[in-house]
Amino acid sequence: MTTDTNDLRDRTRSNRLGRRLLAERYSSYWLTAAGYLAIALFAGITLLLFYRSLPILSEYPLSSLLTSANWDPAANEFGFLPAIVGTVYVTVLSMVMGVPVALGAAIYIAEYAEGRMKTLVAALIDVLAAVPSVIFGLVALIVVVPFVGNYVAPVFGANTVGVGIFTVSLVMAIVITPFMTSLTVESLESLPDELRETSLGVGATKFETIRSVLLRAAGPGIFSAILLGFGRVFGATIVPALLIGGQTQIPSSVFSTGQTLPTLIVNDFGELMSLPLTQSALIFVGLMLVVVVWLFNFGAMLVQRRLKRRWQYR
Amino acid sequence: MNRYTTQRLFGIAVRAAASLVVGVLLLVIGVTVIRGGGVLLADPSIVLTPPGARYMLEGTGGFLHAVLGSIFIVGPATAVSMVAAVSTAVYLQSDYSSERFSDAVNMFLNVLWGTPPIVYGLFVLTIIIATGAQTSLFFGIVAIAIFQYPIMTRYTDEALRTAPETVRESTYGLGATRFESARMTVRAAAPGVIAGLVMGFARGIGDAATVLFTTGRSTRMPGGLFDAATTLPVLIFDQAMSFNAEVRSHAYAAAFVLTVVVLGLIILSKLLAGRYARYTPGGNR
Repeated sequence: MTTDTNDLRDRTRSNRLGRRLLAERYSSYWLTAAGYLAIALFAGITLLLFYRSLPILSEYPLSSLLTSANWDPAANEFGFLPAIVGTVYVTVLSMVMGVPVALGAAIYIAEYAEGRMKTLVAALIDVLAAVPSVIFGLVALIVVVPFVGNYVAPVFGANTVGVGIFTVSLVMAIVITPFMTSLTVESLESLPDELRETSLGVGATKFETIRSVLLRAAGPGIFSAILLGFGRVFGATIVPALLIGGQTQIPSSVFSTGQTLPTLIVNDFGELMSLPLTQSALIFVGLMLVVVVWLFNFGAMLVQRRLKRRWQYR
Repeated sequence: MNRYTTQRLFGIAVRAAASLVVGVLLLVIGVTVIRGGGVLLADPSIVLTPPGARYMLEGTGGFLHAVLGSIFIVGPATAVSMVAAVSTAVYLQSDYSSERFSDAVNMFLNVLWGTPPIVYGLFVLTIIIATGAQTSLFFGIVAIAIFQYPIMTRYTDEALRTAPETVRESTYGLGATRFESARMTVRAAAPGVIAGLVMGFARGIGDAATVLFTTGRSTRMPGGLFDAATTLPVLIFDQAMSFNAEVRSHAYAAAFVLTVVVLGLIILSKLLAGRYARYTPGGNR
């Protein structure tokens, strides 16, 4: 009798262990699959976009696609140069306007602000980094567009209603500034206080401490903040689509209307998508976006490794 | 220029930069709240009214279809994405994978994080074309889930990394399997995981480029999983381009709703993070 119960107990116990081990085994299959998901997604996106761009790539040589200025899908003219030039303009201008302000604001929060003011400003910027960009675009339609059209453009002698490359750049700079600011604050605040104390201790002013010590020590972090900002401007879709004017031409000045790569997709999406060659051309735009983002991220990783070695403080 | 003058000028410059950022952001929120709030106060029912037959042309009815579309697309997408994100983060953080593999996957996650949302939209669109399907609610869910996945994985990964090592060691010490130990680690990291969930939801509900090509931009009430739909950001985009002044004014009302939801969610994530802190060791005092 006793042996029977013991047997039974042993069996249930081994069953329970068996169940646990079974759960362990199946969960490990699942988790392994999840671990490979990121790589699979990346490969899937790249391969599918590449496969779908093949028709246009086999029809026209890559060099003529990238350097021709004629874009007229209805007449089978596929020149991406206007959109590429527009994208470069918007990206460079936004970064030129956004980065100094973001750095300044981050230095203020991390090094100057104190007490309640600091919590308030930091929380505000953090929260606003999450406001959808379509809202910035909508507000810009009634605030920035007249502002650029009536005040900024006349100063430079340009005649415009206000939509165009400069407006898009200004709004995108506003969109990415809080984002870059909060990332920069994070990397400045993770620096040990000894760095500040040592630098001030040998007689540097606060400005000299920030310029020569803190910005270098936080350099890799700031670099990746700027890179993420770049990525967001580069692939921005909704704000440019609302504000750029949507004319596929090589922009004559920064105030003229134009096109960026993502807005090209938005504008020509629709019935044109049913023509196989246009469809392939627009998917090729997506492929270009992916490849550029990929190259930049990869290059950034190499640069970052060097920066870390060069500016290390320990 | 004397170095003390430089230092003073620099102080002024950074203060100016910070006030510029705060000022511009307050302006954006202010315009949204005042314009949108004004439209909403005049006729609060537009949020809960289905659109009329010629809504985009004449502004008859309201934009309930987009509100529902947002909920039915972003809700399921967040759930799917969360399961995938937590699984990936667990795999990368605990004893399943080697450090080299984790580094490699993290590199790919970073690249995915920086990938423009329109690429995800285009990716799902090519799937739709390849399978001969129609743009619908379902593909909106797929696109948003892919978009949220790297964001949520990053937050979860960060949260699991800050979970104390003692949790893992003590569960192993009690004879737990890797899976059981991972469950306890996730629970110990709950505040960060929840914050990631809410941030993923907030990012997903605010994004237009992913759903622009995948859900069909419909102006009717969504009729089912494989029926065309729209979301608030896409609706705002379409309304803002409209020639009808009333439709354009609805864009501000929709923007007001979207802003309130997103800001509310972020505040909620901070509150929840505090509440779930009791699962962290020493958090239940």
